[in-house]
Amino acid sequence: MRRYDQARWSDEGGDAYEPLLVEKSERTAAVEDTPLPDDLTRESLTLPDLSEPALSRHYVRLSQENYGVESGPYPLGSCTMKYNPPFTEDVAADENAFVHPDRDEADVQGTLEIVHALQEQLATIGGMDAVTLQPPAGAAGEFTGIRIAAAYHAANEDHDRTEVVVPDTAHGTNPASAAMAGYDVVEIPSDDGRVDLEALEAAVGETTAAFMLTNPNTLGLFERDIEDIAAVVHEAGALLYYDGANLNALLGRARPGDMGFDIMHYNVHKTFATPHGGGGPGAGPVGVVQELADFLPDPHVRATDEGFERYTPANSIGKVHGFYGNWLVLLKAYAYISRLGEEGLLDTSATAVLNANYLAERIDFEVPYEPFHHEFVASAGDVDAADLAKRMLDFGVHPPTTKWPDIVEEALMTEPTESESKRSLDTLAAAFEAAASADDETLADAPNRTTARRIDQTQAARNPRLSWQALRDD
Amino acid sequence: MTGGSPFVPHTEADRQAMLDAVGVSDVEELFDVPASVRFDGDLDVPARSEAAVRSEVATTLDRNASLTEFLGRGHYDHYVPSVVDRISARSEFLTSYTQYQPEVAQGFLQALFEYQSMLVELTGLPIANASMYDAATALGEAALLASRVRDADGSTVLVPEYVRDERVSVLENYGAGAGISVRRVPGTARTLSPDPLADAIDQEVAAVYAETPTARGRIEESLGGVGDLAHQHDALFVVGSDPIAMALLEAPGYQGADVVIGDASVLGLPTSYGMGLGIFATKEDYLRQVPGRLVGASTDDAGRRAYTLTLQTREQHIRRERATSNICTNQAWVALRTAMHVAHLGPDGLIEKARRMVRLASDLADRLDGIAGIEAPASDGHYFREFVAETDRDAQALAADLRDRGFAIHAIDDHEVQVAVTETTADATDDLVAAIREVTA
Repeated sequence: MRRYDQARWSDEGGDAYEPLLVEKSERTAAVEDTPLPDDLTRESLTLPDLSEPALSRHYVRLSQENYGVESGPYPLGSCTMKYNPPFTEDVAADENAFVHPDRDEADVQGTLEIVHALQEQLATIGGMDAVTLQPPAGAAGEFTGIRIAAAYHAANEDHDRTEVVVPDTAHGTNPASAAMAGYDVVEIPSDDGRVDLEALEAAVGETTAAFMLTNPNTLGLFERDIEDIAAVVHEAGALLYYDGANLNALLGRARPGDMGFDIMHYNVHKTFATPHGGGGPGAGPVGVVQELADFLPDPHVRATDEGFERYTPANSIGKVHGFYGNWLVLLKAYAYISRLGEEGLLDTSATAVLNANYLAERIDFEVPYEPFHHEFVASAGDVDAADLAKRMLDFGVHPPTTKWPDIVEEALMTEPTESESKRSLDTLAAAFEAAASADDETLADAPNRTTARRIDQTQAARNPRLSWQALRDD
Repeated sequence: MTGGSPFVPHTEADRQAMLDAVGVSDVEELFDVPASVRFDGDLDVPARSEAAVRSEVATTLDRNASLTEFLGRGHYDHYVPSVVDRISARSEFLTSYTQYQPEVAQGFLQALFEYQSMLVELTGLPIANASMYDAATALGEAALLASRVRDADGSTVLVPEYVRDERVSVLENYGAGAGISVRRVPGTARTLSPDPLADAIDQEVAAVYAETPTARGRIEESLGGVGDLAHQHDALFVVGSDPIAMALLEAPGYQGADVVIGDASVLGLPTSYGMGLGIFATKEDYLRQVPGRLVGASTDDAGRRAYTLTLQTREQHIRRERATSNICTNQAWVALRTAMHVAHLGPDGLIEKARRMVRLASDLADRLDGIAGIEAPASDGHYFREFVAETDRDAQALAADLRDRGFAIHAIDDHEVQVAVTETTADATDDLVAAIREVTA
């Protein structure tokens, strides 16, 4: 059994780990000699004041007190924490990538060519007719897609469609995005882990704008009835929306467009391997069928005889980002897809599914819903899933997503991705098992090999201290 | 190259052993996908080597024109030190995700806590979140917050005429789902002062927005008065700015701002085709309404201070349709870089950088003003990084001629151009001035 001891910088008997920047050096600088009248300027500015070597050391230590996909397995369900190929960093460091968005079209033909090429790549991969790269994250893509649905219904003078339907296993961003777009959210229960067709039929009607679904769903199950689902939704005059979080399972094998989806978003930081960056930046391109192409955000990029141009789609919903989205992230996604090609994408989905099935086989946990694909939801059974996760940390692995989807008791939503080798999957399985066999005391004591020991969440929320200023005020 | 993905680590023997363990002879058996929806076509994407992809992208991007950009209007080029690039690229930072297991993620959590704290100092407001996508979407979220906290019916957001159309378009999209309408205040093409606002504001207004510096580079001088007027009408006062400007200017929080939004990527990224980092800061009163991630301090079982995401009941993964926002993945890594850069500059460095932005704009405006046919700045006032100049010549034609000489500036109206200058283009101003002299002669 592997041990893991994360770096922990602390003083013996001290009350913190690595000190804050301001605890190392802070300075209040007076604002003087300014070419502005006094009433427009501040009096002083108080910030940390470290030399470059001290700064470098501070952040290197912080990096040691962190854990990324390159540290070890990171099987968060529906997050697709796959290997982030470093060559994409070099691609995105090309100095010609760093241009201003307000340049004339004629002066950014290189960038526009890549934007156009990625639009096409994603359209082909998803079975869509037109793709926008503007939304800066998956949730932003969902919001964009629902706004497109709204515009579509408004254009049809179909003003009674006030609801968006989601299954109970939907990722939280789905109902949140629908609500942000002004819709009432109707949640339907699943039947044996999949969409209950009868419940769906009862829930969709003239007041439905869209049904949002991911496929495979968050249990890893493929919605076999997807064509019937699409028929029911379309029959009711609603649109079918695909949450692309789980696209990794289908690359090259099945396409949302072919299943009847009208709108989809892609998560390039999941499926297309751009780094998660501790919480972004990502990107959430949105694909639509031809009928909806006129509603895409402004601008879209198309090819002409002379090159590439930005144009405003005829019924555009306007903008969903101040400029063109997270360009550097999109560039990395383009490089990844270009590197892998069709054979690489096919190998990716095959291995993602194989790895998940193999891992589930190796752990002695109940997996109530099958057959799953690239991810599965195990149950921690008698053990509290959150405690189990804390103990897994002590074995040098990141645990799966815990306690969700709550259709499974003590859920452990697990997605190893295609990046894990057989050996690392065996290590991950051993970590699951070791954590599961821990006694109550060990579980309560976990984690004890990570930088911090278990952190008091209640205190954090009851007495929010969100800055070093707040710490001082305390 | 052998077939398959270069990033899949299995040997044939591994694959076989795994298939055996699972009890199938072919991985295809694991796909429960009906034949009717299977894709048998071509994705039309050939696999290529790393070198080939790098070369192809480089050749393609090389088709971007080589220009010296004197461009701004909400996206700027500032120099980011190498130490920021190198250390932010460490894979423990770059390849990590949202800190759902805080005990193993103290590094990033602390970096975000420090980032939040820097924004607290700069904005003058006590709560700052760990990032939004960009200034425009942060403004959208501010409008949503305003409509949530305000009891009264009717939700209009008033914005000055100087705000970029693109920003207003995003705001309108965010507003569409919440019944918020956006109105521009007449008479505010250059600044937002209390008089035109007084004519436009009424009880239906949920929020008033101003920027400093504005999209035209002008430093606002009446924010206090604008804020008072907003508050008299029970509207929130939302101010847009950036961390370099706020190092020099009076903190918006001390001028009555209830929410500060803006773009902090001025310190986290060089010019990047519009990629940003949204700021969101606000008062204690609105803490539970804040969108996005918040990092807080707590204590761990060893009795030490430790950091964690907190107040997550605001967020989508817990609150679903009743969340304050749908935001999940944000711009965290750009926030890390920005914090590193602020720490690198220190308060003196940051203040000096800001002072320089005022001097550069002022000096360049003076020099252009000396050219016949140019009036710079177009109106009296104080400017930060950029300014608008009036041109006798048609602005588009002038900009096109300049572009032919290798310089990019904005043509924003028939006889108005806008020129931005930062430390990265300061050395090219002589050539720019000479070129402008040529094309206006």
